[in-house]
Amino acid sequence: MIPLSWYLVFAAAMFSIGLFGVLSRKNAIAILMGIELMLNAVNVNLIAFWRYRAVTGIAGQAFAIIVFAVAAAEVAVGLSLIISIYRRRKTVVADDIHMLEG
Amino acid sequence: MAPDQIIFILVAIISLVAALFVVTSRNLIHSAFWLILTLFGVAVLYVLLQAGFFSVVQVIVYIGAISILFIFAVMLTRNVMQDTGSQNNANWWVGALIALVFFGGLTYMLLGVPGFDAKAPEMQAGIDPLRQLGMELVSPDGYLLPFELASVLLVAAMIGAIYVSWEKKR
Repeated sequence: MIPLSWYLVFAAAMFSIGLFGVLSRKNAIAILMGIELMLNAVNVNLIAFWRYRAVTGIAGQAFAIIVFAVAAAEVAVGLSLIISIYRRRKTVVADDIHMLEG
Repeated sequence: MAPDQIIFILVAIISLVAALFVVTSRNLIHSAFWLILTLFGVAVLYVLLQAGFFSVVQVIVYIGAISILFIFAVMLTRNVMQDTGSQNNANWWVGALIALVFFGGLTYMLLGVPGFDAKAPEMQAGIDPLRQLGMELVSPDGYLLPFELASVLLVAAMIGAIYVSWEKKR
């Protein structure tokens, strides 16, 4: 059997990789990809804790389902925002998008 | 070493390497394809966790919908900084440092979690977790409200996405 720790360390590594992507990328689409990696890591954690700690309960699975739905909504809105910005400003570089700057 | 452990290690290494390529690859289309490989690895991990439903949902929602959206978005915003110059901003090393410190801190903290090396309890025969999940999601004592809120959120996101990306006639 696989110990719980393997899943947790895997999820921590994946979350950190996603965090690095979010912090270091210029392109807004690549930043969204980093966020996807982080959400996936969280989901692995939720399912692993459900399997190892509360297999008779249902909370872990229900949370994971909600995370799936929110991730889908977030990507749809985020990418449409990026495409809309690209149409108007011809850029997807996060540094160049500063219309709201004071 | 048990066969499932070997499978876990192989899949984990493949998905982590693919995840590294996602955040470092210069061509964003390649990034999107590496993302698909990572998501497949996570789907295999769900199978190892005996959550088959989640691996199916992972393949359908993440690989079938989200990655395709990413690929389309990359293609629609092409020839911006395509292969020219670095894809990383000037402070990428700060990001790498933060990510490393975060990983170290998280692992250190996890070492203190009780039951860190726990083995999975046996699934009881006769209890179908998927059936239980389905019942809970529509029972008013369970997760009916979050479930309905999620559907409202999805509709709102769909309408919002259409509205935001609508090309207005000038």
